[in-house]
Formats: sequence, structure tokens, C-alpha cells
Amino acid sequence: MSINATPTGTDIAVEKTERQATVPVQRGGRRRKAPLSENKKAERRLGWLLCAPAALVMVAVTAYPILYSVWLSLQRYDLRFPDQREFIGLENYVTVLTNEFWWTAFGVTALITVVTVAVELVLGMGLAIIMHRTLVGRGLVRTAALIPYGIVTVVAAFSWRYAWTPGTGYLADLFSDGAPLTERASSLAIIMFAEIWKTTPFMALLLMAGLALVPEDLLKAASTDGATAWQKFTKVMLPVMKPAILVALLFRTLDAFRVFDNIFVLTAGGNETSSVSMLAYNNLIRGLNLGIGSTMSVLIFITVAIIAFVFVKLFGTAAPGSDDSERR
Amino acid sequence: MADIVLDKVSKSFPDGTVAVQDVDLEIADGEFVILVGPSGCGKSTTLNMIAGLEDISSGELRIGGQRVNDKAPRDRDIAMVFQSYALYPNMTVRENMAFPLRLAKLDKETINAKVDEAAKVLELTPLLDRKPANLSGGQRQRVAMGRAIVRQPKAFLMDEPLSNLDAKLRVQMRTVVSRLQKQLGTTTVYVTHDQTEAMTLGDRVVIMRGGAVQQVGPPQELYDHPRNLFVAGFIGSPSMNFLHAAVQDGGLHTALGDVPLGDRVRRELEAADAPRELILGIRPEHFEDAELVDDDTRRRGLEFEAPADIVESMGSDKYVYFTVEGEKASAAELEELAADAGAADFAGAGGNLVTRLSAESPVTEGQTRRVWFNLEKIHLFDPSTGRNLTLHEGRAAGALAD
Repeated sequence: MSINATPTGTDIAVEKTERQATVPVQRGGRRRKAPLSENKKAERRLGWLLCAPAALVMVAVTAYPILYSVWLSLQRYDLRFPDQREFIGLENYVTVLTNEFWWTAFGVTALITVVTVAVELVLGMGLAIIMHRTLVGRGLVRTAALIPYGIVTVVAAFSWRYAWTPGTGYLADLFSDGAPLTERASSLAIIMFAEIWKTTPFMALLLMAGLALVPEDLLKAASTDGATAWQKFTKVMLPVMKPAILVALLFRTLDAFRVFDNIFVLTAGGNETSSVSMLAYNNLIRGLNLGIGSTMSVLIFITVAIIAFVFVKLFGTAAPGSDDSERR
Repeated sequence: MADIVLDKVSKSFPDGTVAVQDVDLEIADGEFVILVGPSGCGKSTTLNMIAGLEDISSGELRIGGQRVNDKAPRDRDIAMVFQSYALYPNMTVRENMAFPLRLAKLDKETINAKVDEAAKVLELTPLLDRKPANLSGGQRQRVAMGRAIVRQPKAFLMDEPLSNLDAKLRVQMRTVVSRLQKQLGTTTVYVTHDQTEAMTLGDRVVIMRGGAVQQVGPPQELYDHPRNLFVAGFIGSPSMNFLHAAVQDGGLHTALGDVPLGDRVRRELEAADAPRELILGIRPEHFEDAELVDDDTRRRGLEFEAPADIVESMGSDKYVYFTVEGEKASAAELEELAADAGAADFAGAGGNLVTRLSAESPVTEGQTRRVWFNLEKIHLFDPSTGRNLTLHEGRAAGALAD
């Protein structure tokens, strides 16, 4: 190329002034604290007043139960032996964290979480692209895809249970000689299958919102730049969709880690298929051991909080409602 | 680099809508062609078909002599610049510009050298490590241009690349685009709805309406010799004045007086199926204050008197708006042009005559003024077909031509 066209000097100057104009605004943000005017004060007061009802409800339904279960977890408190209730510090945590049942359940939960979320991401992406691209019968396709998500989990779980029960179920007779829900590996596979079947549409829905964020022009530009369909997907769509994908993964991971109903119906935790939620339920509600049960609940809470923290802080997932434009 | 040939190219959609109809166009190697027209005229669809982003329903498209109808965009070796710039938000300026080269599997050193050179040309060097989000509109636009030129493609396709810039920057970027195209000598097809861009940028302009090409030619030719009412009304700012004209005894009766007709036009109007009513078109600059016209010139035109509504002094000349009585010119084309200008429901604009008089004219607002207009420069249009009747072998000859 032997070219040396240069935009005119004024062109650059125009852009400079444009940039300068925006800088002081960013700087001025929070530095100086001028005394608030009456108007500002009134506005702030109104702000607090408007937030108050929601804040109160949040305290009542989340903060109080969480703090109460932390309090319970620090006590020896078994409803079968109410006389022995006493404050024992972190002893319950030692008990739980050195217990093999807890770690087995933790492993099962982690396995279910990783496998289901990974498969849901892949399937959900495919489904999202299909729903996004469908031109004919769009409403029908989307409705059909969302049906599994619309069915109550317990109801769906029961239908899977019957389907996999030899004698009554069509799936058991088709795919297996024995009773798949009585063996650990096949039980886990069926639990994961039921989870994936149920929540893939949810994943697809979240990803479809992300797909809508990819400007059509960007894909056209990639086409003329010489990208194949796969390159367009990996180099253009995925990076642009990254915030949406991370939010979808975060939601699904948190959800998956608390898996309960499918296991409860399909195996009731038999053959070491309990998740941590099942274990906590068994101790807390069935075993009436409020101390140990609460300890497990708190541990689940901590794990979920760590997952959310990792997503938001390390992967840069935009916390819902925040402006993510600065992160890019 | 290559020539682009559109041979009866059409685009129709499954629901029966025809977006583009039988477009014939030969774009020479290195030529800068502008597609212009109101929104929905099919100009962008035509561009997308050249790019391969839309399928061609019928007809043939050849780039460099080769039929490319069924080739994917990536196999056509063309680069496109979009109105939205379409920069990849996750990549830096350098990565954006390198993207097509990386896809073409060039080695790192070549890529870097090419990107650096293109960045130098467009003065993007200090911005190479920034993300698009941290660039101004003009800078993004230049990055988009940079991404197109690094590849040295057969052709540039530009889809309203300057429309998102503010007015001042747009004028500056126009010269950048023009210079760049001349220096690179790459065949360029440029879509715009802005007739100023169309007039100033291109070697040739293609005016489209309703999916069909209305006229193709150099900007001045379109301005001087519009083939039909639509072209006449679309090109020019302020646009051509249109008046109702009734054919009477070998002459024309108009709100500006009776216009005599030359033999050629009269012969045409004597045909049995000839229209009895015409639309007279005359551009603002073909009016003059009657006081300032010398006798020799005066004989080539007509004079009329009308009250001046508004006088806009531009320094070099004066735009004077007159109210003239008489029937309003009406034709489908005119309605469409008014709709495109956003004035369809604004009846107040009707009946007004826009004239461009010399700055020396002493005209003041409210004053009734004697105004001369050039008969050699008027156009007569058939309201039903929009055809320019004064056009003879592609040249407009005015009303008096023999």
C-alpha cells in the first residue's frame, strides 16, 4: 500500500475536546463533600423512606432466619433430647466436617452441579440459537421449548420415577435389565438427566436474552471479514455474550447446588445419592437435630456465597442491576 | 481490485414483497459508486446482496468477471463498513483491525506490519491498544475503515458509514473517505440517504426508488438532466420547485404566467395520448431579481410578480420564498419525496416558491417583487409517469427547444 491520507488536524482537535469534556465529570464524582442543600436532604430522606419497606421485608425473611440458624448451629440442640441443649461453639462444625456422609453428599452435589450446569450450558445455547433464529412458528417453538420448565419439579420427578421403575415404566424396560433407580451410578445419571431436562429451557431463556445483545451488524461484519460460522460463534458471539453467559451460569450453579426435589422423589437419597440439601433436611426435619441440621444449612449457605463471590469477583460477572460497561 | 456487475439482480421475499427489481449496473474497476434513495428504496438490500449477506432471488452478480451468486461473503473478498461501525467490543483497536488478517491465517509479522501501516494512514497509532468503548464516534469510524483497508480487498462496501457522526465530523470524514478511495483506487459501493454525500463523493450516483434504479450518472448530469420527476426532486438542496401547468393553445398556463413552448415539446404534446396537464419544475438558482437581469438575458425568460414571504440572506446569495396562487402540483413521486423529507402532513409548505437570488437584490420581506426565471432551464414532467418531457437524447433543453 502506498497511501498516506491523513484526517485533517481539525478532525483530531474536535475529538480531543470531546474527550476532555467527559473527563472532569468522572473526576468530580465523589471527592469533595459539600454540605447538602435542603433539597438534597429531602431527596435523600425520600430515598430512605422508599427503600424502607423492602429493606424491612428482606430483614424479616432472610436476615433473621440466617442469623437464627447460625445461632442454632452453635448449640447442641436435638429436639429428642431438649434437656441437653447448650452452647458448644464450633463443635457441630467439627462434627459435620469430619463426617464421611457429609463429604459423600458434598461430592454428589458437586458432581451434579458441575455435570448438569455444563450440559445445560451446551444444550441451552443450542436451544437458544434455535429459538433466536426461528422465523416460522416462533411462538410455538418457544412455548414447546419451555414446557419442561413449566412443569412442577416434583410432578416431573414422579413421572421420571415411574418411567424408570421396572414393570410400570417404559424407559426402564427399554434401557435396562434391572432397576436403574436401585443402583448408585444409574440413579445419579437419572437424577442429573431429570435436572437437565427440567432446567435447560431456563438456561436457554437466559442465553437467548444474551443472544439478543449481539448486534446483527457485528455478525455481518464478521462474515465479510472472512469468518466461518464456527469462528463467528466463538470469536464474536461468545465474547459479546459473556456477561449473559456468566449470569446464566451463576444462577444455574447456585440453583443446582441446592438440588433437592428430584433426589427426594427419585431415590430419597438411597444408595448414597443424597445431596447436601437432602442431608440437611434429614438431620433437621426428620432427625430433629436442630444443631447439626442448622450447621449443614450454614455450610451450604457459605458454599453458595463462595460460588457467587467467585463468579462476581473473579470471573467479572455483572451483579444484577450493576453497570458492566466499565469492566470490558 | 475488480469490477462489479449486477445483471438483472432482484430480491423478493417469501411473502411476495419485492425489495429490489431488475437492477442492471456495471461498476468499473476503481470506480466510486453511490447508491442513494429514500429509506426502503432497496439500496441497502442491493449492497447486502453484493456483500453476500442476502441471497439474490434472480439475476447474476459478477465480481471481477466471476459469478459469485452462491459464494459466501467470506469467499467474495470484499470489505464492508457499517453505519454502526460494528467493531468487536471485546477486542482492542489493533485486534479489530487484525481480525480479517488473522482469519486469513497470515503470519504475525505481516499482520502487525499491515495493521501499523493502516493505523498510520488513519492516524490511529496512539489508539491501537484501546477498546472501542473508549473511542469517540469519529475514532470508531476510522477503526472501521482501517479494518476494511488492511485486507486490500477487491471492493469496499459502505453502508451509510457517516450517518452516525455529528454534522461537522461528517463533512470532515467525507473528505477522508474520498481521499482514501482515490489513493487506494479500490472499487467502492457506498450507500447513503444523504444527497449531499451522494453529490460530493461519487464518480457516479445511482438513484433508487421502490427497488428500481431511476437514473445512473455523474452527479452533475443527474442534477442538470434528471430523467424523471423523482430524480429531479430528490437531487438538489433546496429542492426543485414544482408547479401545476395546464396545456393550452400550444402554450402552458402556470401560476407564474403563460409559458411558451418550443416546437419539439409542442409536437410531443400534440400526440393523442399526451397529457393535458403537466408539472413544471424549476430550480431555485434559475430565478433572478428582474431588476438585475440585463436585456439580453431577459429575452430568454419570463417575469412574474409575487409577494416575498421570507428572505434568508446567505451572504453569497439570498433565498427568497414567494407565495404563488394556483393549483398545487400533485404526483405520486412528489408525495413520496415529501414523505421522505418528513413533510407529508405539513400542508403549509405548499404553494411556496423557493428562489435563489443575487445578494445584491434589494428584496425585503412582505414586498411584492418582480422576478425573472430562465425558460431554458425549466423541466416539464408528465404527472402520471413522472417522465421528463424536456429531455432530448439525455439532455434537458428547456421549454423553448425546437
